[in-house]
Amino acid sequence: MNTSTLVSEKKISKKAIRVNGSDALLQCLIAEGVTTIFGYPGGAIMPIYDALFSYKDKLNHILTRHEQGAVHAAQGMARVTGKVGVCFATSGPGATNLITGIADAQIDSTPLVCITGQVPSHLLGTDAFQETDVMGISMPVTKWNYQVTRVEEIPYAIARAFYIANTGRPGPVLIDITKDAQFAEFNFTYDKCEKIRSYHPYPEASLSDLKAAANLINEAKKPYILVGQGVQLSGAENELIRFAEKTGIPMAATLMGLSGISTSHPLYVGYLGMHGNYGPNIKTNECDVLIAIGMRFDDRVTGDLDRYAKQAKVIHIEIDPAEIDKNVKTTVAINSDAKQALLELLPLVNVSTHKGWINEFYKCHEIEFKKVIDADLHPDSGEIKMAEVINRISEETDGEAIVVTDVGQHQMVANRYYKFRKTLSCITSGGLGTMGFALPAAMGAKVGQPNRMVIAIIGDGGFQMTIQELGTIKQSDLAVKILILNNNFLGMVRQWQQLFFEKRYSFTELDNPDFQMITRGYGIKAQKVEKREYLDQAIRDWLNYDGPALLEVVVEKEENVFPMVPSGASVSDIRLD
Amino acid sequence: MSLKPIQSTSTLRDFTLSVLTEDKAGLINQLTIIFTKRKINISSLNVSNSEVAGVSRFTIVTRTNRNMIDKIVKQIRKLIDVLGAFVYEEDQIFYQEIALYKVPTKAFINGNSVEDLVRNSGARILVVEEECIIIEKTGHSKETHDLYQKLEPFGLLEFIRSGRVAVSKSTRKTEAYIKGLEASNSNKLSIKDF
Repeated sequence: MNTSTLVSEKKISKKAIRVNGSDALLQCLIAEGVTTIFGYPGGAIMPIYDALFSYKDKLNHILTRHEQGAVHAAQGMARVTGKVGVCFATSGPGATNLITGIADAQIDSTPLVCITGQVPSHLLGTDAFQETDVMGISMPVTKWNYQVTRVEEIPYAIARAFYIANTGRPGPVLIDITKDAQFAEFNFTYDKCEKIRSYHPYPEASLSDLKAAANLINEAKKPYILVGQGVQLSGAENELIRFAEKTGIPMAATLMGLSGISTSHPLYVGYLGMHGNYGPNIKTNECDVLIAIGMRFDDRVTGDLDRYAKQAKVIHIEIDPAEIDKNVKTTVAINSDAKQALLELLPLVNVSTHKGWINEFYKCHEIEFKKVIDADLHPDSGEIKMAEVINRISEETDGEAIVVTDVGQHQMVANRYYKFRKTLSCITSGGLGTMGFALPAAMGAKVGQPNRMVIAIIGDGGFQMTIQELGTIKQSDLAVKILILNNNFLGMVRQWQQLFFEKRYSFTELDNPDFQMITRGYGIKAQKVEKREYLDQAIRDWLNYDGPALLEVVVEKEENVFPMVPSGASVSDIRLD
Repeated sequence: MSLKPIQSTSTLRDFTLSVLTEDKAGLINQLTIIFTKRKINISSLNVSNSEVAGVSRFTIVTRTNRNMIDKIVKQIRKLIDVLGAFVYEEDQIFYQEIALYKVPTKAFINGNSVEDLVRNSGARILVVEEECIIIEKTGHSKETHDLYQKLEPFGLLEFIRSGRVAVSKSTRKTEAYIKGLEASNSNKLSIKDF
């Protein structure tokens, strides 16, 4: 989050230059620090693409194979950099193809600016070729959207778009620009947006609330911190560590909060939610003070709300006031940026330790290890298990890779077993659960962090939803490592069918194509492992290869992910088998 | 004087929302989406320019419970172009609706009963045309509905009723509120100060 926008800088009167709308748009993007755009051209955005031709040295445009690929790539880039991701699409189908990614970014608080071309303004409302009401369609899934019909509005719209996307709780913004506004000339100057009178993204926690929270924390016997994505979005990783170490409070992370704290930290006790760790889930219903930081109590974290942390006093640190008291009633609400709140709480809390309480988590871990983890990681025989693959990759990369996961069983296993050690490294579709997210998001992650290892972990189902992006990976030479965990099933749905629908496997088995041949067809290195004895070497070869590479591992066909909090159950009712 | 009974947070009742927004296209859609998403019906909706230039005021009446209306109003405040959103119980506001009734002119020819009705109902005759007469009444929906029922036997041609307009019992000026927003960098103001 950029707080420097608040600092009022003395405006230097800039000299206007005469340019067309397309040129102006690109200059606005450069002024906002944009370096890469993911996009796909088409009729209504052609003037912008024409201008882009002259900006090849300043703006890196990556041509995806589908607009959904472009928006997910922009999300991936935003998530690993903390900066606004940018994508371009044309009107009509181009714009509608963005919607899934925009909805994903909205629910997972990812800053995006999506630019769509629109039919010329005199054709608006005539059902012109490739006209669609993208304003109406995107409204429920954007933080803000705006339609530019006059060229003079471009600097205003873009300045606001970037300000809104990445202040407060971040989110996606869509700017729809009619073709005539892209062509028209005007006198262009650009000033960044510093304030919008109807938008106040910097809530300040009151001292009385902070003191009340500190008192609860200081008197707590079994305090417990839940770490959400807000910690990473506000850059509060160090403040969180200082706070936790001073107070001695154990911490668990939500799916979106993963990697905000190193898994090796002694106060880190695990991962929350439906397929999270045993202790972190059941201890929610045993703690006396629950400190939720930058998270929104999603139903996949809470299970049955009527049986969730009822015994606890709840402190909710959250920047979005609409999330406070939405799902869980708070005892003390701190409506603030996570970093700011932690900095202000730090002097108010006492030095403490909670050894006995933390030991309870370790005991739970022993139970989980015996019943689940050991069998997952060290199977004696049989087919390869997803967990052992992830564990090997985690060891091989020292937990320092960026892990981009798709949606389903592999996602839960990857995030259970990958030992994250660096922040902004767990990139996944959390709230929306968008299959097809990982491959394009990994492309964006690689562009955003070219010097880091980026691993896309995908199931055989999700891979086929955006498989065409292999073409982008090849053309733009994005050195993404792709892991396909192939069980020839839509595994998570199959698991539910097995457990809750009497094993009626209704349309979940997949007759898959030859992923090796497809990947090689795209000119990307591919290998396949079916036997455990070849796994280690294959992982090393795959990770050490200089360039994009795919590793397909054939895993146990009907493996189930445990622990599991069944839908609608209490976190206390978590199942280990 | 009896004490006001304490209403449960889950009791269904009418709430009036007063929403100040920037005067921009699409705002009404942004507001209604919040209701649609939760399958909540809007009983009435009135939009007009406020006393502050460039600021629109929406008055929305909806039947729901306190828990839900609190969540809805937070979602409304979250909209970028919303300057402020305030929720009122029935006893926190003064409100009126306006109703127009079109009655055939011949109904007045047969004696004075319609004219008496109009006078006794606090209504007034707005226009007299050759074919029809337009009667106007302001009041709460029960009152305008009562007059509708009374006029129906006289061959009422058309009845139309506006959404509610409401003013709160608070004494703050809208203009001062907007000025406060402009001066503030926090978003606390829209929650507590109005």
